[in-house]
Amino acid sequence: MSTWAQFAYLVAALCFVLALKGLSTPRYARAGNLLGAAGMALAVLTVLADGTLHNGPVILGVIAVGVVIGVPAARVVKMTAMPQMVALFNGVGGAAAALVAVTEFLGSGAPSSVPFRLATVFTVLIGSVSFTGSLVTFAKLQELMTTRPVLLPTGRQLSSGIGIAAVALSVAVLATSSNGLLFCLALAGLVLGVLFVLPVGGADVPIVISLLNAFTGLAVATSGYVLGNTLLIVAGTLVGASGTLLTRLMAQAMGRPLTNILFGAFTATGPAAVAEEVRSVRAGTVEDIAIMLGYAHTVVVVPGYGLAVAQAQHAVREMVELLESRGVTVTYGIHPVAGRMPGHMNVLLAEADVPYQQLKELDEVNPELPSTDVALVVGANDVVNPGARDEPTSPIFGMPIFDVDRARAVVFLKRSMRPGFAGVVNELLYSTRTTLLFGDAKDSVTKLLAAVKQL
Amino acid sequence: MTSSGVDLLTIFVLAAFVGFEVVSKVSTILHTPLMSGANAIHGVILVGAILIAGRADSGLQLGLALAAVLLATVNVVGGFVVTDRMLEMFRSAARGKGGDR
Repeated sequence: MSTWAQFAYLVAALCFVLALKGLSTPRYARAGNLLGAAGMALAVLTVLADGTLHNGPVILGVIAVGVVIGVPAARVVKMTAMPQMVALFNGVGGAAAALVAVTEFLGSGAPSSVPFRLATVFTVLIGSVSFTGSLVTFAKLQELMTTRPVLLPTGRQLSSGIGIAAVALSVAVLATSSNGLLFCLALAGLVLGVLFVLPVGGADVPIVISLLNAFTGLAVATSGYVLGNTLLIVAGTLVGASGTLLTRLMAQAMGRPLTNILFGAFTATGPAAVAEEVRSVRAGTVEDIAIMLGYAHTVVVVPGYGLAVAQAQHAVREMVELLESRGVTVTYGIHPVAGRMPGHMNVLLAEADVPYQQLKELDEVNPELPSTDVALVVGANDVVNPGARDEPTSPIFGMPIFDVDRARAVVFLKRSMRPGFAGVVNELLYSTRTTLLFGDAKDSVTKLLAAVKQL
Repeated sequence: MTSSGVDLLTIFVLAAFVGFEVVSKVSTILHTPLMSGANAIHGVILVGAILIAGRADSGLQLGLALAAVLLATVNVVGGFVVTDRMLEMFRSAARGKGGDR
C-alpha cells in the first residue's frame, strides 16, 4: 500500500468519526451523514486507484449493480417501513464481511498465523449471525411472520447445542485451517442468527437491530485484521463500540435490562403476570367522549404503537385541528420510545404535518398533566402505566412514563383489553377516571371527529 | 500484512474508546438516524471486498468476492440514502417551526 493511500484512509477514518459525532447532535446530523458518505467515497476511490487491481471492470460493474439496487430501495421505502430497511442493509453488510473473510481464507495457502485464523473465525461467525438475525428482524417488522415471540419447544437446548458446535468448529478451524470446517462454521452461524432473534418480541426488535448493527461493526473490524487494513479496523470498531453503547441507551429508554430482551425472560414470565381477572372497566360511547373532548380546556394526546399501526396520524391531526378551532388547547406527549423506534413517532407526526411545536416531551408534559382536563391515549399502554412509577415489583418499573393518571380524566382508545408489549396489566384501565373506547385507532378517531363536529 | 498484529490491536482498542466517546451524549430522537448512519459506515467492508476481488485467483474466490462487493455496495448506498431521508424529515419539521412564526 502506498503512503498516499494510507493517508487517504486516515482522512476517511476521520470523516467517519466526525460523521458519528455529527449524527449525535440534531444540528449537525445531516451534515454528519453527508461527511460519512464523502469519507466512504474517498475510501472506495482510494482502493480502486491504489496498486494493481485485477478484474477492475467486473468490480466496477458489480458496484454499479449494487447502486442500482440500493438507491431505489432506500428511496421508495415508506417512512413507517424504515426500521426493517435498516435491518436489511445491516444484514447484507454482515454477509459481506463473512464472505470477505472466507474468500481471504481460501486464498491464504497453508501455514497461516494463529491471529489471522482467529480473526477469520470471528468474522465468519459474527457476520453470519448478523446476516440471518437481520433477515428475521426484517421478516418480523415487515410482518412476513408473527411479531410475537416465537418459542420453539426445545429452543434453549437447540441454541445451546448449535452454540457449542460453533465453538467446537471454531477451535477445529484454528487447529486445522480446514476450508470445509470453515464453511460448516458459517452454516452454524447462519442457524444461530435465526435462533437468536426468533424469541424476541415485537417491541424489542429495534434494540436487537441496534445490537446486530454493533455485531456487523465488530465483524468488519476483525475482517480488517484478516486483511491487514487499518481503515476497516477503525471504521468497524467505531460502529461496534458506538452500536453497543446505543443498544444500551435504547434499552435504558425502554426500561428493560438488555439480558431480559436477549434471553426472552419477559416472554417467559409475561403470561403469568396476565392472570385473567374479571374486573370492570368503563367503556364509553363515542358521543360521551366527544363531549368530554369538545368541552375541555386542555387536552394532551399520547400517541403510541397502535396509532402507528393503524396509520391514524392524519385522522388524529384533523381531530386536533377541529378541537383547536373550538378553543381547546391541545398538545401531543411524545414518549422517547413511542412508535417502533426511538424518535419514530416524531417522524410519523411530522409527515402528517403536525406542527413541531405541539410535540412535547416527557419533562414538558408531566408538570402540565394535573391541570389537564382530558388525556387522550391513542394506542399506547406501557408508556402510561403508573406501575412503572409506583410498583417496584412491576417488570417495567423504572421506565419513564406520562403521568396521565394525574389528569382529570383519561380516555384510552384501544383495540382490546390485551396488555401492551411488556405483558403487564395497566391498573389505570380500571380507574374510575378512565373511559375506554375499543376499536382500531383510526376508526375510533374518525368516529370521534364526526361526533365532535355534531356538538 | 504490513503492520504487526500488536499495532493493529492498538488501533482497535483506541478506536473502541473513540466510538464510545463520540456517541455518549446522543439525544433520544436521534437514536434511529444514528443507528442507520453507523449501519452505513460499516459498509466500509466494501473496501475489503474490492481488495480481495482484485487479487482473486480462482473462479470460486472471484465469485465470493464479487458477491461481497454487491452486498457491501447495497449496504453503503442504501444506508446513507435512508439516513439522509430520515434526517430530511427532521429538517422539514424544524423549518415548519420557523415558518409558522
